[in-house]
Amino acid sequence: MTPLLVALGGGVGAALRFVVATRLDAPGRTVAAGTLLVNLVGSFVLGLLAGAAVRGDVLALLGVGFCGGLTTYSSFAVQAAERGPRRGATYAAATVLGALAAASLGWWVGQA
Amino acid sequence: MTPRPRLVACAAAGGAVGAVLRWSAGELAPAADGFPWTTFAINVTGSLLLALLPALALARGSRAWAVALGPGVLGGFTTLSAYAEEGRALLAGGSTGTALAYLLGTLAACWVAVLLGAAATRRQVPEEDLG
Repeated sequence: MTPLLVALGGGVGAALRFVVATRLDAPGRTVAAGTLLVNLVGSFVLGLLAGAAVRGDVLALLGVGFCGGLTTYSSFAVQAAERGPRRGATYAAATVLGALAAASLGWWVGQA
Repeated sequence: MTPRPRLVACAAAGGAVGAVLRWSAGELAPAADGFPWTTFAINVTGSLLLALLPALALARGSRAWAVALGPGVLGGFTTLSAYAEEGRALLAGGSTGTALAYLLGTLAACWVAVLLGAAATRRQVPEEDLG
């Protein structure tokens, strides 16, 4: 049961990420806006699930599946490296600090 | 632009596979207390493979396969949400040193992995193919 929930959530998350990234990412920009957006949203939602102490099937579907599928480290890393040291560092800082802030905000909301 | 439905389906199918692979890795090798090694290894491996993807004839010859394997499998396999939440939890728990080592160590290792992978393939990856 758990792998099916993970697959379902992961499939939906990856499809949504692909659509958003295709629409909003632009190679010429310092920040890949679509990938950054899905990474921040996914970090917020996972922080929220953690703050609300969600476990079991719901965590498998929404946390491991959806948030994991929605967010990506691989395309973020390739995009950052492609942008070179200076622009890549700016993009990386926006992603890492932004995702930490989003997860913290989500956790705080989930606690309430 | 909005991607064609067939390509979205490829991303979804690959993402489902990648997410289950990531979940399986967590089941087989759960990280003990402290440094989140499982997520670290997943993200570094996935970043390296994405940089190497253009070397794969299957991905070069077919847009559908490129999307299924890149944004699909590798995008679903790697995760920034777990990375952020693990970093947040380490910081909140007072493990500042471990948190910084994890957050910066993952970033540096993935960046190096991508550079090595790109050097090995010697090809530019069109951004829309990234997972």
